[in-house]
Amino acid sequence: MSLLDVRDLSVVFQRRGERPFTAVDKVSFTVEPGQTVGLVGESGCGKSVTSLAIMGLLPKRGNKVTGEVLFEGTDLLKLRPDDMRDRRGREISMIFQDPLSSLNPVIPIGIQVAEVLERHQGRDRKQALRESRELLDAVGIPDPQRRLSEYPHQISGGMRQRALIAIALACKPRLLIADEPTTALDVTIQAQILTLLKQLVDETGTALVMITHDLGVVAGLCDTVNVLYGGKVVERARRHELFAHARHPYTHGLLNSVPRLDSPRGERLHAIRGSVSDNIPWAEGCAFAPRCDNVVDACLEGPPPLEPTATGGDLRCNNPVSEEVAVR
Amino acid sequence: MLRVIVRRLLQLVVTLIALSALIFIWLRNLPGGPVEALLGERATPERRALLTKALGYDQPILVQYGKFMQRVVTGDFGNSIRSGDPVTEVISRAFPATIELALAAMIIAVGLGVPLGYLAARWRGRFLDNLTIAGTLLGISIPIFFLGYLLKDVFTQNIHWFPPSGRLTTGLDNTNVTGFFVLDGLLTREFDASADALWHLILPAITLATIPLAVIVRITRASVLDVLNEDYVRTAEAKGLRHRTIRGRHILRNALLPVVTTIGLQTGALLSGAVLTEKVYNWGGIGTLITDSITGGRDYPVLQAIILLAALIFVVVNLLVDLSYAFIDPRVRVR
Repeated sequence: MSLLDVRDLSVVFQRRGERPFTAVDKVSFTVEPGQTVGLVGESGCGKSVTSLAIMGLLPKRGNKVTGEVLFEGTDLLKLRPDDMRDRRGREISMIFQDPLSSLNPVIPIGIQVAEVLERHQGRDRKQALRESRELLDAVGIPDPQRRLSEYPHQISGGMRQRALIAIALACKPRLLIADEPTTALDVTIQAQILTLLKQLVDETGTALVMITHDLGVVAGLCDTVNVLYGGKVVERARRHELFAHARHPYTHGLLNSVPRLDSPRGERLHAIRGSVSDNIPWAEGCAFAPRCDNVVDACLEGPPPLEPTATGGDLRCNNPVSEEVAVR
Repeated sequence: MLRVIVRRLLQLVVTLIALSALIFIWLRNLPGGPVEALLGERATPERRALLTKALGYDQPILVQYGKFMQRVVTGDFGNSIRSGDPVTEVISRAFPATIELALAAMIIAVGLGVPLGYLAARWRGRFLDNLTIAGTLLGISIPIFFLGYLLKDVFTQNIHWFPPSGRLTTGLDNTNVTGFFVLDGLLTREFDASADALWHLILPAITLATIPLAVIVRITRASVLDVLNEDYVRTAEAKGLRHRTIRGRHILRNALLPVVTTIGLQTGALLSGAVLTEKVYNWGGIGTLITDSITGGRDYPVLQAIILLAALIFVVVNLLVDLSYAFIDPRVRVR
């Protein structure tokens, strides 16, 4: 049994007087224990909404979530809110993009770590703070004793994200969802945080769902990668497969738009035409068709199905990039 | 922190000196005056001149002001022209009544306003929220004296739930310790007096509380709505914390910052509202003293002292608000 088995997860935002908007469209993927899985895509592709839906953190009103989110066989979407609340922070944790705004500005760091332990492990304040110090130490925050009583604005951005990681891993959850955890950080700090995350999930055996638009992050971390476009999975592959033979024109375009040290001098960076706003609804064809270099007539006649590939992945494309064309 | 307090206190002194000069000159340029009030319209010019000289009002205004300030620094505000008693005594008799009323109103406004504002935000767009918005609009727009007479009419004339006026039932004996009648009753174990004072306090306090209540509800609602969208509230939810913890520790603590500021700013509204409320319920506090001192013959010394006192209270309350801000928000503390 997979640790996490997301089946046909859909999220439809519906506000009074507005047309319903499908942010996540029948997304399915699995995460095995200890595995690191990437959800990759550009802004608005539904990757963050997917993670919030798994966590049960979407607003109570204005949206409809369907499908199944099986966590060790239990459908999280069917749990009573209080039962889900018992699991959040204990079995499934999440870290967010902006470490400054994700920490409460008026509460000392120590309390913000300790309160998870008090809630889920039944520790008293004193013991929770002692363990918090060890946690801060484990995520590489220098002088942890002093940090306990400091406030978020008093420590650096990198340290804040380390503190949030300490909070998320405090109860040794089996699954950690990281939503763009390095996007708001300096490039030099990004690598440190990724190394730390990798080290921690390796040590604790925590499975990691890495949500990112940054293929560099994927390359360094993920076992399996799900590429999302317009709320649907368009390509799924093991990391090496994806980087060696990206089949979907969108994935291919993403990979080619990353500057590389080994590319010939003077070569221009490839850019994907247009933007997400050019998408057509999946019902009418492939959402990526208007931006696609490989577009064929079939692409505008209905949504292409997600089909298994020879290399063990899945692909949703009528005219994929041929396997021989390696990335550049 | 200490430097901030010292600087603010110095600012306060400058404010009070400027204000005292303004009041002094303004009062003496009002038509009518204590001499006319004391002697009546038909007094002879000689007697007027005599009294004017006796009271010192014949001297140039700057000289009068200088003498006034000289006495003020020693804590002497002169004697009331109407009663002849020292101004400090007259005011300290009326002061506790107003403070008791204002505190009761503030307790109602905060105690009811913060929970209501929070609930309205949490149930945004639902029935309770709409009801609260309509209610606060009414609360802000209804004139205090109108509401006062309305409540008085309904609850003392039609249904006899509350007494129509005063602070205690006539004939009831209470021992005066602090001047706060409800508190005095508790201190001296005269619980019947305490209950009676509370019973008298309810209607005036509700009347005075309406505007601050409406403002606090609105500010709390808007502030909670802001905080609910903050990332750290989502983090708190992601931690699986209990509702109670999220509400108290993560939402309200942040949302209350603007509310605390509002409470300070409402002090002014409370003081001016007290004048009207006290008039309606014949309360006998500073508000009554102000109206009586103006209509009863321009009691300069009393008026000067009251206005200065009001300004002092306003500035001190807002200083306390600023200081409390530093306690709630660590980001203010460091600067």
